[in-house]
Amino acid sequence: MEVGIRGYGAYIPRHRIRVEEIARVWGADAPTYKRGLGLREKSVPTPDQDVITMSVEAARHAIRRAGIDPAKIGAIYIGSESHPYAVKPSGTVVAEAIGATPEIHCADFEFACKAGSEGMFVALSLVKAGQMEFAMGIGADTSQGAPGDALEYSASAGSAAYIFASTQLVAVCEETYAFMTDTPDFWRREYQFYPRHGGRFTGEPAYFKHTLSCARGLMKKAKVKPKDLRWAVFHQPNGKFPAKAAEELGFTSDQYGQGLLSPTLGNTYSGASPLGLTAVLDVAKPGDRILMVSYGSGAGSDGFIWRVTDRITKVQKLAPQTRAQLEDRPIYVDYGTYAKFRGKIRKLTE
Amino acid sequence: MIGPVRYWREIPQRYRYEAARCSGCGKVFFPPRLVCNACRGREFKPVILPQAGTLETFTIIRVAPSGFEDQAPYAVGVVRLADSVKVTAQIVDCDLETLATGQKLRLEFRKVQQDGASGVLCYGYKFVPA
Repeated sequence: MEVGIRGYGAYIPRHRIRVEEIARVWGADAPTYKRGLGLREKSVPTPDQDVITMSVEAARHAIRRAGIDPAKIGAIYIGSESHPYAVKPSGTVVAEAIGATPEIHCADFEFACKAGSEGMFVALSLVKAGQMEFAMGIGADTSQGAPGDALEYSASAGSAAYIFASTQLVAVCEETYAFMTDTPDFWRREYQFYPRHGGRFTGEPAYFKHTLSCARGLMKKAKVKPKDLRWAVFHQPNGKFPAKAAEELGFTSDQYGQGLLSPTLGNTYSGASPLGLTAVLDVAKPGDRILMVSYGSGAGSDGFIWRVTDRITKVQKLAPQTRAQLEDRPIYVDYGTYAKFRGKIRKLTE
Repeated sequence: MIGPVRYWREIPQRYRYEAARCSGCGKVFFPPRLVCNACRGREFKPVILPQAGTLETFTIIRVAPSGFEDQAPYAVGVVRLADSVKVTAQIVDCDLETLATGQKLRLEFRKVQQDGASGVLCYGYKFVPA
């Protein structure tokens, strides 16, 4: 039985902040940051946007493309490191909002930036096992970055939702692979507001080791080479890492450019590679094969190879496309507004 | 501040825009009511409201009520949903200087309020420019 993606959806907030504006406040050299990180600006969630609201919007877009009765969705898994509640599921709100309750299994996943692909992996597997007709996996984050830290230039917001099924697919899953080790490159302890990271340690022994090993293991398992794949999507903590990983694997910018959203979106953490895949599906043609490799600190990567079907052209315009959302009337904010939106200003409490 | 029970009771309307259509005369009510004020019918069928409409009137809130102070100034408008009822809600992601009646808006799922730093988070609908 072939299983894969029947519907997909993306959601990107409209507010943005430019690298220059953050650098101005902290006395940093903006051109150095732009060049070093490969970023120009990032999305900013307003105080009324969080993982739950963005997941609902992405899920509704996915349902439109899937053309299904949401009551038949058997599971919703939301991967994020910024679930609005410490204790209370995000998934139940999303399930209720899209009309998928009460016969549904919900869980909130967490694995740094890999939580979204984790939800996709489990949802896909449940459909493959015949446990349910449809299952939804969502990756979403309103990422945190400490004021003045390098992460503040990239930590952004966005979400992507996928409905997995065995009928009327837009992309068949040809292969999956996962690569994990215990690598403490980035973490956030309980009750801490901002994450910490290992600086340069987040590069070679962390992002690159896991991303490259997962991609190589996946291609070996699937018996394919980069030239056999039309598109490649990687986790995108900045604009530089995914481009470097892609080229080291033998992919060209023509293959990885479409799914590389971070230069103007920033790092949407759990939403990053899932959102990149939505941008690729928006333009993919029947028969195209797509490699997708996520990365989550801690650390590990999930890998998928998708084969696009004829149905893709019928659904691409049924919901807002990802790059169109990225370019749709952005609202630029100054650092003060950004700090207020992100709760970085300590106010008097009653 | 809104408590969890009242919030929970309003979930069908706030999350899914569920209205009630009178089985007798077809009039749509949002939020639903027990007796139709047109034909006095008591039987209703649930109906999902259209999620786009036209701004009929609006105001800019500059002195906000408790819990909304940080959002001021913000817009609240009455929107006629396509061939259906009028709904009052906040309008966000818009330029307050150029907001105008007749503008096309659509519903989006947003956090509407929260009960302090430790209470329940309340989700629902707001309008955004279409």
